[in-house]
Amino acid sequence: MSKSRDVLTGEHFLNGDEASAEGAIAAGCRFFAGYPITPATEIAERMAKRLPAVSGVYIQMEDEIASMAAVLGASWGGTKSMTATSGPGFSLMMENIGLGMMMETPCVVVNIMRGGPSTGLPTLVGQGDVMQARWGSHGDYGVIALTPSSPQEAFDMTIEAFGLSEKYRLPVIVLSDELIGHMYERVVIPEKKFLPRIRRRKPRKAPGEHLPFQGGEDLVPPMACAGEGYRLHVTGLTHDEMGYPVITASAQERLVRRLCDKIRRHAGDIIRIEEEATEDAEVIVVAYGCASRTARESVHMARREGMRAGLLRLLTVWPFPDGRIRELAARGVKGFVVPEVNYGQIAGEVERCAAGRDVLMVGLMGGAVHTPDLILEAIKEMV
Amino acid sequence: MTKLQNTQAGRGTEKKERLEVRLSGFGGQGIVLAGNILGRSAALYEGKNAVFTQSYGPEARGGACSADVVISEGMIYYPKVARPDILVLMSEEAKNTYARRLEPETTVIIDRHLVKTDGLEGRCSRLFSVPATRIAEELGRKMVANIVMLGFLAAVTGIVRRDSLQDAVLASVPQGTEELNTKAFEKGYQYGQEGEGGQAG
Repeated sequence: MSKSRDVLTGEHFLNGDEASAEGAIAAGCRFFAGYPITPATEIAERMAKRLPAVSGVYIQMEDEIASMAAVLGASWGGTKSMTATSGPGFSLMMENIGLGMMMETPCVVVNIMRGGPSTGLPTLVGQGDVMQARWGSHGDYGVIALTPSSPQEAFDMTIEAFGLSEKYRLPVIVLSDELIGHMYERVVIPEKKFLPRIRRRKPRKAPGEHLPFQGGEDLVPPMACAGEGYRLHVTGLTHDEMGYPVITASAQERLVRRLCDKIRRHAGDIIRIEEEATEDAEVIVVAYGCASRTARESVHMARREGMRAGLLRLLTVWPFPDGRIRELAARGVKGFVVPEVNYGQIAGEVERCAAGRDVLMVGLMGGAVHTPDLILEAIKEMV
Repeated sequence: MTKLQNTQAGRGTEKKERLEVRLSGFGGQGIVLAGNILGRSAALYEGKNAVFTQSYGPEARGGACSADVVISEGMIYYPKVARPDILVLMSEEAKNTYARRLEPETTVIIDRHLVKTDGLEGRCSRLFSVPATRIAEELGRKMVANIVMLGFLAAVTGIVRRDSLQDAVLASVPQGTEELNTKAFEKGYQYGQEGEGGQAG
């Protein structure tokens, strides 16, 4: 078999799904386990075609529960691993995403959101899994979720997701949607030497001295994988620094607090937002993913009509940029307009930080994205 | 600390610099591939911005299907086609679905033997008619009607250059069909250039 290039340097015309797959391969992902589902199928297709050619492994599993388990196993085997799914599959993965959080297992889960609940709208857009990405598995843990708004960002953010997953040792979610997954645009893939080199932090202590679940100063333990000479015991039960189950309040306190704090404490390093025309804005539109494209158009229309509107785009929905929303609220903006293809999942977060300023949710239930006029009307209502 | 990136990009996306194209027909005619090729030609061979989206349903063949392409020198934020500047119709059902509301400034192109002009005349700024499927049949493969249509589209609208569209065709079609597709493209282009099919055909 001829060996293909892993980084397809050059300009391409790709949809968001294909771009995500290429981003994963460029990041060094060599294992994909999944159960194809619309509108994420193109990721599985691309991975099935591309991975064997770069000495990787693609497995189509019996369902999403098993897919997620295989992804965790591959990661402990020392391979960067990923799965991709949509709402119904994301629900099934929740159990093992929780296991991944508890076992601090680096990997990436791409969710191309469609309309829900249940099987809902298989072929049409939704953004209703935002809170599921945050709280979908039981118990407390920190979460990172990135929200691309173009195929280029799907490529870039999938790479970034792998970097964050290794840095903070957890499953990182790329929370995309059907519009972005299925739309084609130019995607520029840089030369390999310009891509970040994502490496797993290995223990410096010798086997026998290394404590596999002892967080360092940054609360993140270095990771020894299977076959590297270290004794490992990984479990979903509450465990001590050795990894052995300890079913006590104090062990729980130590472990779960660290799982939350390792993300909380580094929120400033993780959070990415983009602002346009917010300096003098009276009304701030807060948007992400598909809705943020339209939101930007609407903000431009509002400016042309003389209204002082600005855009705050979330590139990471989790952790949520509480601080920046509070700053804007304190500065005295009139309020926030939050368009999203759900019934106000992020609008609620904005409200939590808006210190009593108006928050106008512009929710669609799924199947279509906002038109520019719809968001413009909301801006007008607030000005 | 939150990282801020202030973007300067695209302060003005006036409607005039944004061009919306909708290609439509029935599933199996290669409408989606044609949309992909058109978007690709603008995005990769002309340095413009282009977005290609499609109506995406459970059907594999039959039914009205459409491919939407937005092309702009500026940034494209809202990626959907709201009011097409150019509407290509390759089936009656597509006409009934996508030409129901028609803007007076829209250019409409129909496949002559598949779409009747009834209900289109007088409702759009320009109406072109090209026997794309017939030409493709004469070339031996009905399948390339979509490529004939692209050639015609390039000739009569000039929305993308001939060479960039042709390059995009060659980059997109299966190996071994390059010659046939190039011929199909040429035929369509010539038909448009010779003034055939112009104005209500």
